[in-house]
Amino acid sequence: MFITLRRIIKSGWAGFRRNSGLSAAAIFITVLVISLATFLFLFRGASQAVIKNLEEKVDMYIYFNEELSSNDLLEIQDELSKISEIRNIEYVSRDEALKNFVLRHNDDEALMESLEELGKNPLLASLNVRAWEASQYAAISNFLANSSFNNLIAKIDYQEKKSVIGRLDSIIFNMSRIGIILGIILAAVAILVTFNTVRLTIYNSKEEIETMRLVGASNGFIRGPFIVQGIIVGFFSSLITLLIFGISLFFLSPSLKLLLQGFNMFHYFISNLAVIFSIQLASGVGLGLLSGWIAIRKYLRV
Amino acid sequence: MISFQKVTKIYQSDDRAITALKDVSFEIQPKEFVSIVGRSGAGKTTLFRLLMAEEKLTEGEIFFEGQDVHQIPFGKLPLFRRKIGAIFQDYKLLPSKTTYENIAYIMEVIGISEEEIAKNVPQVLELVGLGERAHNFPEELSGGERQRAAIARALVHRPDLILADEPTGNLDPFHTQDILKLLLRINEMGTTVVLATHNKEIINSLQRRVITLEQGQIIRDEAEGKFILS
Repeated sequence: MFITLRRIIKSGWAGFRRNSGLSAAAIFITVLVISLATFLFLFRGASQAVIKNLEEKVDMYIYFNEELSSNDLLEIQDELSKISEIRNIEYVSRDEALKNFVLRHNDDEALMESLEELGKNPLLASLNVRAWEASQYAAISNFLANSSFNNLIAKIDYQEKKSVIGRLDSIIFNMSRIGIILGIILAAVAILVTFNTVRLTIYNSKEEIETMRLVGASNGFIRGPFIVQGIIVGFFSSLITLLIFGISLFFLSPSLKLLLQGFNMFHYFISNLAVIFSIQLASGVGLGLLSGWIAIRKYLRV
Repeated sequence: MISFQKVTKIYQSDDRAITALKDVSFEIQPKEFVSIVGRSGAGKTTLFRLLMAEEKLTEGEIFFEGQDVHQIPFGKLPLFRRKIGAIFQDYKLLPSKTTYENIAYIMEVIGISEEEIAKNVPQVLELVGLGERAHNFPEELSGGERQRAAIARALVHRPDLILADEPTGNLDPFHTQDILKLLLRINEMGTTVVLATHNKEIINSLQRRVITLEQGQIIRDEAEGKFILS
């Protein structure tokens, strides 16, 4: 058993070395396929980070009537914090709201003058609500509309932000849909390309495989070296792809950071190195192995 | 050892049926040296291909050591073929392996140890005069050298039967005699040899059993035959 395995591995390695042209072609194609898989992984990571970033920026303010005391408001805050859709809820008092307003519009002299002329704080106390997902704001708004304290609410800014939230929601939906469709198309192309490359490689060995059968080699002994070659091609392709992506992302990451709203692609790549290399190995070795298995079967009928 | 019983092989080509063998019956005993003669296309190679279960029969039965060859399950065919040392007309050497590796391959398949392989392969290579060509690939060998490599591969694992299909077709008279002597020596050591050829001199010099095929049928089977074609 051990001696047979050793012979199969030795023969596979010799085949890989001697058919250097074919091996190089197989590595080239496999690198492309693995690159697609790696790209999909990175695309998923980047799009999730961008979506999360955008979602972080979306919030909703619930303004309450002037006569409501801060204790009443804290009670309402307590009640709202029990809603599962709400990730975070923060009480903003009238004074705080004024302070923030002044800070934000300090440079606008006309606005500051009109505020002074008013002589009192025109801003209302509010609760700042952040949901887990953009799509949940509609549900929260509905809940508030039907709640017992609806008559205490002066205004919810959901209606003003509704179109932005809606757009964000559709972007998120489309991005994940694009990811899935792109993934399916690329995987189909990758499988077809790899399968045909391996089939062409093995077609070259058609007569050799038949001869092996005729001199009494078992199917396992014939198939083994081709499978070993597939594994070697997959392994080298994974290493090459890892290197290409590592170097490219190291140099491209600063430019991509601007485009991806601060998402550091190189950092993401390094922190997921083990997962990425596993995906690369699995897709490279797996495809080579499977295609080889199917392609050889055709010539083992003698 | 070998028994052909009313064997017929018909090839279907387009709308035409070509009869390669028709109603062929004969027996070969262990340790015999039998020559199959006939013109090109007489059915010699088909006979060998059927015996190795490389192709399916149209009719009849072929037995090897009491076993119906065409009833052997697909997975067991390698074990059966290991009992035969085949010298193919077109050599069938493995192009990506060196001469040494081609000959060692069958021993590796059987599971013979590395030491045994390292001992036997050079001996067989010397025997067929290819000692100097051990590390050359088939494409680097001449026609005659390839033929000798194919012969070495058929002998190296000491099979029960040697099927030699035109083994001297590409050899000069000097090497032809050498190979014949080798086959005779192997036969004397107890291996059954079946030789297919259309070389008159070889048959006449052998003075062994000759089966003559013509258009797929046996027209003569003589214990000490000569090369006679009508």
